Amino acid sequence: MDVLYFAWVRERIGLPKETIDTQAATVADLVTELRAREERYAMAFEDLSALRVALDQELSEFDAPLDGVREVAFFPPMTGG
Amino acid sequence: MEVRVQDIPFDFGAEAQSFAGRQSNMGAVVTFSGIVRDTEAGLGAMEIEHYPGMTEAQLTKFTQEAIERFKLGDALVIHRFGPLEPDEMIMMVATSARHRADAFAGAEFLMDFLKSRAPFWKREVTREGTSDWVASKDSDENALGRWENP
Repeated sequence: MDVLYFAWVRERIGLPKETIDTQAATVADLVTELRAREERYAMAFEDLSALRVALDQELSEFDAPLDGVREVAFFPPMTGG
Repeated sequence: MEVRVQDIPFDFGAEAQSFAGRQSNMGAVVTFSGIVRDTEAGLGAMEIEHYPGMTEAQLTKFTQEAIERFKLGDALVIHRFGPLEPDEMIMMVATSARHRADAFAGAEFLMDFLKSRAPFWKREVTREGTSDWVASKDSDENALGRWENP
């Protein structure tokens, strides 16, 4: 699946998008997998309360299942307007 | 209904005039625009990042919701991304309704959702060149609460 990062999440991880092969059942499982990869991921996902997640471009929750999801995006709370 | 996400400036006066001119039998048009303001540290620029695709989808969803909920005749949302200078317009909304209360409420509803549910992220760059992401405000998140019970 495609994983996208925005704003400071993108900066901490150092890339805007990557394709990941994963068996993670939920968003939280995917986060655990990413954290274990490298320090920069651990830093980006240090505090989940500071992060939001979208599944296939719809806002979602960290306990949501990844079944059939093609695009996951992680980003800080939005500051539009 | 019209939703535009663009990196180029827009002409607020022309957009407002054109929006008002397209309405028929609407007694009220409300417009709001958000402008880049200076900061204590001295703002050099504001940079706005967004999530192409999701931004348009979210804006369309909220705008549709505002039209249904407040019986708006029409609604327009324009939001910029990319680098902006102080005093430039970031975004605008326009709503029309038969009466002003619905036009005002529709515009406020759209603004509250734009603030915390549209995937935009602002970064402020000081005149010295240092930069920081703008933190979200609890007050913006809490503002959504008032729309929970239709």
